[in-house]
Amino acid sequence: MKMAVLVKQVPATENIKIDPVTGVMQRDNLQSELNPLDTYAVEQAVRMKKNFQQSTVTAVSMGIPAAQSILRQAIAMGCDEGVLLSDRAFAGSDTWATAHVLAKGLQKLGGFDIIFAGERATDGETGQVGPCVAVQLNIPVLTFVSEVKIEEDGKILATRSVEGGYELVRVSSPVLISVVKEINEPWIPDYNGMMKSRSASIKIMTAQDIGVDKADCGLEGSPTRVSKVFYPKLTRNGEVFSDSDPEKAAQKIVDFLKEKNIL
Amino acid sequence: MSKDIWTFARVINGRLTETSFELLTWGRALADSLGSSLCSVFISSKIQNDEVDKLFLYGADKVYAIQDERLKNFLPDIYMKAACHMIKKYSPHVVIAPADTFGKTLMPMVASRLRTGLTADCTELSIEDETGLLLQTRPAIGGNVMATIKTPYTVPQMATVRPMAKKPLKHKGSAREMVEEKVEEEFFTSSYEYVGFRQDESSEIALNQAEVIVGGGRGMKDEKNFSRLYELASLLGGGVGASRAAVDMGWVAYPHQIGLSGKTVSPKVYFAFGISGAVQHIAGISGAGHVISVNKDPDSNIFNISDLSIIGDCNEVLEKLVKKLQETGAVIKNERV
Ligand SMILES: Cc1cc2nc3c(=O)[nH]c(=O)nc-3n(C[C@H](O)[C@H](O)[C@H](O)COP(=O)(O)OP(=O)(O)OC[C@H]3O[C@@H](n4cnc5c(N)ncnc54)[C@H](O)[C@@H]3O)c2cc1C
Ligand SMILES: Cc1cc2nc3c(=O)[nH]c(=O)nc-3n(C[C@H](O)[C@H](O)[C@H](O)COP(=O)(O)OP(=O)(O)OC[C@H]3O[C@@H](n4cnc5c(N)ncnc54)[C@H](O)[C@@H]3O)c2cc1C
Repeated sequence: MKMAVLVKQVPATENIKIDPVTGVMQRDNLQSELNPLDTYAVEQAVRMKKNFQQSTVTAVSMGIPAAQSILRQAIAMGCDEGVLLSDRAFAGSDTWATAHVLAKGLQKLGGFDIIFAGERATDGETGQVGPCVAVQLNIPVLTFVSEVKIEEDGKILATRSVEGGYELVRVSSPVLISVVKEINEPWIPDYNGMMKSRSASIKIMTAQDIGVDKADCGLEGSPTRVSKVFYPKLTRNGEVFSDSDPEKAAQKIVDFLKEKNIL
Repeated sequence: MSKDIWTFARVINGRLTETSFELLTWGRALADSLGSSLCSVFISSKIQNDEVDKLFLYGADKVYAIQDERLKNFLPDIYMKAACHMIKKYSPHVVIAPADTFGKTLMPMVASRLRTGLTADCTELSIEDETGLLLQTRPAIGGNVMATIKTPYTVPQMATVRPMAKKPLKHKGSAREMVEEKVEEEFFTSSYEYVGFRQDESSEIALNQAEVIVGGGRGMKDEKNFSRLYELASLLGGGVGASRAAVDMGWVAYPHQIGLSGKTVSPKVYFAFGISGAVQHIAGISGAGHVISVNKDPDSNIFNISDLSIIGDCNEVLEKLVKKLQETGAVIKNERV
């Protein structure tokens, strides 16, 4: 089985900066990490690889050259190789353009049976890229997946974690599966993994390599435009109640709810 | 090119979801500012006429529907084809869908197919005066940033909006047109086989649709105490949420986790019992109406984002609160359709 997993580099710190003019995130001087929700996608692919002989897992990312480090991390977790789609022309891509680049890259690499993605990236947080890639590849997509089984005839039975319960859906490969955190518990890379990832060479592919037209990627290829960015005030100046009697505290809560016309 | 505003409705077990009506409230404001029609769209098995009438009651001028027994369950490829078919045929200006597992699967597929822009999890939508374009405002990066996004060159302009952010509102409209769209047989071939549904007993109320969420964290001390949060939740007709610490301890399953790597919720009231208020947790509750927190540490960060901060023992306060509500029989005011 040939598998791919889509991984994104995201800023690790909380003090993220956005260019106020273009609305594009400034990624320089920022600590970066593998999108935490993508570790579950990597882990799932690696686990399935162990169950199926002659399987391979390719980690694929679109990003700046520094994003090689997250591909190494994916290799340390058990992926066989890493491919970075990197080109100045990709800068400023929205989810449509990002998905277009990823789909073109995956097509060029060719022949994947299952492509895994995370539920969402912790920076852009749209959760749109997975389904968009699937549509551009013209393959089915299973979103919010909390369990995957390969049946005897090779069909894929997935459990989707939806509002109020779990939906069971069956498809044939090729398929794109975006997973939720519930699906597994990722292993911390071991010594061998770390050593392997250090020496691994990351394949870098440009727009030309994967046949992406400049008009279909980056800001130019993006149907959306960020027109304004602002920083919300998250604080609320609420009332503080410090009487240590829990009975009075409970009464205070009831009064508050009544006052706000909720009870 | 019409200036119509479309909102997606969803049918589950023959009934329209509450969110279907909330979306009409979003759409009504936009249609009114453009002077255009508000249309509700659904794809489902056949539903009763009085169910459809509710869409008119809550603001729709027009309803577009594709109804067929084979559309009972959400099969993404058929739904995508059906949605694209209607959008191409009637070319709406704006399409809005809920940011739940349904909308967040179907909309990216549709937007991708139509090559148009889609803005996720909007908390505010309005029309730009000069251009008539949709201004879509959404939080990102764990609620640290708000971005206003436009889709200037392509139509429709598509957005998903958070469930629970607006109330359904009755509307006295005169226009009431129902368009039943017919599709060809080939529509119904799907790559998906719907196998079944398993109800999650522990969270009968989906958190992104709950009006009240009772959240608990490490401060609850153990699983037994944590389970008492369900008593409060059921008295208030709400759901139970949790910090990652509580999930990691195994007190509650991951679907209950709220925050950056869990769910983003916008209930009317959010309770935080024994939760410290880490940025990653707060990222999930910035849309809450009122935050009430109980923590023994007067300096805990959760108090910085609370409307009512109770300094005290969360288990003791929880116990007294449950008792008080049981005694008085007070219930949450219900404004549901
Ligand atoms: C403040 C802000 C708001 C934005 N809002 C929108 C918006 O509403 N609509 C829109 O179209 N764009 C938006 N964008 C742009 C969007 O963030 C980028 O297109 C980004 O490249 C992908 O979107 P995401 O971070 O939401 O990823 P998600 O869609 O949340 O990612 C889901 C999964 O897709 C895979 N994936 C995502 N990106 C990559 C990648 N580069 N390489 C490999 N795999 C990847 C990963 O598996 C990931 O877990 C916004 C950007 C900012 C800064
Ligand atoms: C990439 C990343 C993603 C993350 N995603 C999430 C996420 O989605 N959701 C999330 O919640 N966290 C997330 N976290 C973890 C987050 O940083 C915190 O560790 C977590 O939220 C802490 O949970 P807590 O508040 O229950 O526990 P703690 O921080 O340990 O707080 C316990 C609180 O209980 C109080 N307390 C203790 N005893 C009592 C008592 N008897 N009565 C009253 N109060 C008491 C304490 O004063 C303290 O404030 C993430 C972290 C990272 C790095």
